[in-house]
Amino acid sequence: MNSHSENRGDRVFRLVLYVFAGIAFALVLGILVFLWNLGWPAIHQLGLRNLFSSEWNPPLHAFGISPFIFGTLVSSFWALVIATPISVSAAILLTDLAPRKFGQVFGFLVEMLAAIPSVVYGLWGLFVVIPWLRVDVQPFLRNHFGFLPFFQGQIYGVSIMAASIILAIMITPTITAICREVFNAVPQVLREGVLAMGSTRFEMIRIAVLKSSKSGILGGMVLGLARALGETMAVTMVIGNTADLSWSLFAPHQTMASAIASEVAEANGLHLSALGVVGLVLLLISGMVFFVMRSILVKKPKGAKR
Amino acid sequence: MHPSKTDDTLMPKAFYFLAIWVASLIAVPTTAHAGLFGNQLMVNGAGATFPYPLYSKWFAEYQKLHPDIAINYQSIGSGGGIRQLLDETVDFGASDAPMTDEQLKKAPRPIVHIPATSGAIVMTYHLPPLKSPIKLTGALIADIYQKKITKWTDPRLLELNPELKTLFANGVDSDILVVHRSDGSGTSAVFTEYLSKVSESWKKEVGHGTALRWPTGIGGKGNEGVTSFVKQIPGSIGFVELVFAKTLKLPYALLENPRHEWVDASMESVTAAAEGALKNIPADFRTSITQVNAPNAYPISSFTYLLIPTKPAPGDHGQYRAILDFLKWGLTEGQKLSPALFYAPLPKSLVERILKRVNQLEVAK
Repeated sequence: MNSHSENRGDRVFRLVLYVFAGIAFALVLGILVFLWNLGWPAIHQLGLRNLFSSEWNPPLHAFGISPFIFGTLVSSFWALVIATPISVSAAILLTDLAPRKFGQVFGFLVEMLAAIPSVVYGLWGLFVVIPWLRVDVQPFLRNHFGFLPFFQGQIYGVSIMAASIILAIMITPTITAICREVFNAVPQVLREGVLAMGSTRFEMIRIAVLKSSKSGILGGMVLGLARALGETMAVTMVIGNTADLSWSLFAPHQTMASAIASEVAEANGLHLSALGVVGLVLLLISGMVFFVMRSILVKKPKGAKR
Repeated sequence: MHPSKTDDTLMPKAFYFLAIWVASLIAVPTTAHAGLFGNQLMVNGAGATFPYPLYSKWFAEYQKLHPDIAINYQSIGSGGGIRQLLDETVDFGASDAPMTDEQLKKAPRPIVHIPATSGAIVMTYHLPPLKSPIKLTGALIADIYQKKITKWTDPRLLELNPELKTLFANGVDSDILVVHRSDGSGTSAVFTEYLSKVSESWKKEVGHGTALRWPTGIGGKGNEGVTSFVKQIPGSIGFVELVFAKTLKLPYALLENPRHEWVDASMESVTAAAEGALKNIPADFRTSITQVNAPNAYPISSFTYLLIPTKPAPGDHGQYRAILDFLKWGLTEGQKLSPALFYAPLPKSLVERILKRVNQLEVAK
């Protein structure tokens, strides 16, 4: 009866949904195919062994992309090392310690960090962070801790250290937001229980909040990592863009994203194709990280089970 | 009975079909071509960034004379220009370094190199004010960029520049901080081609090209990126186009040429290099004018080229004709606009040779 006319509307509606969903699906597929096509000549002619070597030297037709993978992983690693304690502390402050009013304002400010465009971070890094590193921080570290491999070499300011600091600031709001949700999910009863056993506030946070939120914190870190891996603009502006395998935090590096952004305009033939492989590897690594993150976050935090 | 049942099996199929179709559209780059826009003839070009200020001046002046022709030039870099020319998505390309034989072989229509103007690359540095510019030789530059000389107080530098000794007398950090290009660029190609000529170890270990494995230093994006790092970091050294150094009033070094003269980069010394190289310029104009053995020739000089196919594209609306006319204008009237923008005009006798080649293109057409 009138179900017929309803059906027609439903069908059109459903068709529209399928079309839009199809576009999203097609984008992922299309980009993968595009990168594969672009990268195929390099994979075919150079072979995987050469592609993953440590020598990136376009004039000599050496296209080893491991320096970029190294730069990406190391800068993201240090960014996590810096951002995680800050984010966890901020989240604890917001959920358990700060007065509600203060918490709201502070929480808003932390979230604001996520709204700053990355090129603005890059500018700020270039004109504030780098001179500070060059004049104060790095000479101090080299003079006092120069025996460590992390603090050796020439001081440009422009370095993987600068990139990691910028990245850390950029991923802090992400990790903080996840930690906050996770900590909020810890039942109040659990906190009260631990306090009732005669523990201090610190012990309560350690036992009731942090212990039961381990996987949630990890999930937040992985989400932060996902953002750090692909970040291009801000990193390109401060990292120095030189393929280097040094462990020194003073050394310039090149990440996968910054390599593509820097070199694509002048690349031809195999060089361009190798950059396609860099893009493909970046996509695969990001995809893997995303997959890991989902598998962690989809599990409920332990404390919330009951 | 239930039309939705059949939909449920049909829709997902349609969905996959549609998705794969859209995906194939996304995965394959599209090509567009120039044509008539209104009653204006659009001519599209793309390539080198170094000559862009001069080219845009040329196109603007030329359009005043020929309102019916609009030349649109994208300064996306030499490599991008060559790529687009080979893909035939533009009517002409532009590059600082000549195309390689391998690239030329890939061209659907044979390509001619037309030198358009010339320029120089200078070594700029960040040191406390000095009475006169520092002096550098090609060998010293290569060693600095290869990390073999790392201090401004290195004896080999002090020998030429005794003044440096007083600058770093009181234990000031004298590390040389090297700045290079992070993006692929024709400027890097010319600079490293020069270093390969003057240093065997550079030639063997680094080579020359638009993007390189720089042995040391940090990369800045574009001439402006290198400039901003050099300005910011005391003790740094970098290479930029003369045009940049002049307009931004950067200090730059005197270089030694093969005649052991100390040469200041200027339009005269670049033209001197081009003149010195004249008899060695081959018929296809693909050449280098670095390290030319001629009086007062600046050692890191280069031509920049317009890349023109030898015949019109299929479906040409008159773009080819317009390009040839423009070339003739640029090689004659256009050269007069160069000095004001710090580009060195081409030597007269070279211009004559190039014009002859352009005329041949017309006949061939």
